[in-house]
Amino acid sequence: MSGPSRYNPSTGIEKWLDARLPIIRLGVDTLIFPSPRNLNYWWTFGAILAVMLVSQLITGIILAMHYVPHPEHAFDSIQHINRNVNFGWLLQPMHAVGASMMFLAVYIHMFRGIYYGSAKNPREMIWIVGMVIYLLMMAAGFMGYVLPWGQMSIWGAIVITNLFSAIPPEAAGTSVTQWLWGGFAVDGPTLNRFFSLHYLLPFLIVGMVILHVWALHIPSNNNPTGISIKTKADTLDFHPYYTVKDAFAIVVFLMIFSWFLFFMPDSMGHPDNYIPANPFSTPPHIVPEWYYLPFYAILRAVPDKLMGVIAMFGAIGVLFALPWLDTSKVRSMRYRPLAKQFFFLFVLVCLGLGWCGAKLPSDLVFATGVDADGHAKGLTFVWFSRILTVYYFAYFLVILPILGLVEKPKPRPASIEASVLGNSKGEA
Amino acid sequence: MDATTDKEEPTRRDFIHIASGTAVVVGTGFFAWPLIDQMNPAADTLSLATIDFDVSDLEEGQQVVAKWQGKPVFIRYRTKAEIAEADAVDLDDLKDPQTDNERLIAGPDGKLKPEYLVTIGICTHLGCVPLFDPNDEKGGEYRGWFCPCHGSHYDNSGRIRKGPAPTNLEIPPYRYMSDTLLQIGTEA
Repeated sequence: MSGPSRYNPSTGIEKWLDARLPIIRLGVDTLIFPSPRNLNYWWTFGAILAVMLVSQLITGIILAMHYVPHPEHAFDSIQHINRNVNFGWLLQPMHAVGASMMFLAVYIHMFRGIYYGSAKNPREMIWIVGMVIYLLMMAAGFMGYVLPWGQMSIWGAIVITNLFSAIPPEAAGTSVTQWLWGGFAVDGPTLNRFFSLHYLLPFLIVGMVILHVWALHIPSNNNPTGISIKTKADTLDFHPYYTVKDAFAIVVFLMIFSWFLFFMPDSMGHPDNYIPANPFSTPPHIVPEWYYLPFYAILRAVPDKLMGVIAMFGAIGVLFALPWLDTSKVRSMRYRPLAKQFFFLFVLVCLGLGWCGAKLPSDLVFATGVDADGHAKGLTFVWFSRILTVYYFAYFLVILPILGLVEKPKPRPASIEASVLGNSKGEA
Repeated sequence: MDATTDKEEPTRRDFIHIASGTAVVVGTGFFAWPLIDQMNPAADTLSLATIDFDVSDLEEGQQVVAKWQGKPVFIRYRTKAEIAEADAVDLDDLKDPQTDNERLIAGPDGKLKPEYLVTIGICTHLGCVPLFDPNDEKGGEYRGWFCPCHGSHYDNSGRIRKGPAPTNLEIPPYRYMSDTLLQIGTEA
């Protein structure tokens, strides 16, 4: 990693190994590096995500020992795992609930990055690699949800793969979907390849995580003040100070995970996925997993098919440009009174879009009266999601770029050390 | 010794350099194609290309769903009133303008058979199966089909009238083998 190595091999064996394969040096330099001394608990989600990724890998590899990727056996094999396989009742929900918990952690991790300016110079590459990880997680989560081959599995797969048919047929839209399906509809070949790719993607994520951490070791962590490290007094070694802080946060997070796992394992799924897949019967209300709902709402907010698909992918794509869209020279929104308000509104808008995505487009957010036929009328969810979609894009494309130029930030402490010691004396 | 400078003649080393570079690029391209093409429909999937369907068991006003290439196909025996209604629609009202007759094919006698409408039962928006809704009881407004996923309304000719779907319900390739026997998957 960057900077001079902190490792001094002391024993003969260590010296022998270090001259041939400096793997202990790599481990030591990864863990013992100077970090800002003021990191708060929002900074523990990276470590939480690392634990969740390992948990998903282990449970996933075990599930693959018992799962059968065939349209006639997939649904039954999930039941077989839950009912017959030793500890299958634990491992299968652990994987399914774990996916939700991982997305919960990644969203907190991302919101933290936006709030404290962690995406900005000099950490653009950490952010971009992180966004690639997020995309890979979305692909892995989607394909994983298809594998149980229930009604939500197959209809989710049908709707999502049909997004690619929005490409005009002259530009090979139809053949792209047939290529994805391996047939003329979502069927056995689709399930089989989704299983293969679902097994592959986590290892790509591991590779990207290594790049994410590598890029992090160049400038070290951002911190709640957003001020760069200036002297050694601004820092603490990552180990033991933050390994312990992270470990504590991991334990608390695993308690929340366990609560869902043991007491309400199906709360984040959909009951229709306990009905075996039937390609001839569409459930009346198809919803994706909760972590895709905001993007699903954006897709449905646009009345045109191709434009809807473009808006949905654009909502993710715009995040890649965040380091350059946030033009403020001040990283942390702690010192940006206006940006802070727009940020919290943005968080509410994302939650609101998630709410819209879970509802039928024609349902009412609130009723304002009754129309001529006696039906309630008012603000429908499709119109509510249109309003929220406008704010979502305006936040990145208008508000952040302009705000950075016009906003007058509050005074910032001289250094991380000053901010910590000042707080302890009750001065700042 | 350097291989070449600008002024010198190309050497055998230059030749090997360019030839091997080209071979790697072209070879990668050739090898990539099998890796991509294996995902396209396999031979056994392609061999399930046609089905036969006898419409003589259908009753007027009824719809039957047949399975063709893994997809639902709607075969609808339309009433006289429904055919008249489909014919009367003004093309200016349509998002994807098509007359009802353009969505039909001729029987063995060379005459159109407007009573049998054959469409692929997949919403052209995002692939859900629309509900058969001849009396507007399931959410539809045009006495045809209604897609519950994102609210697309089709009329009784399978034409998109309202909602996000961009085009009419697709017509599969089919032909009349006899007066009542349809073969879906082959053109007349």
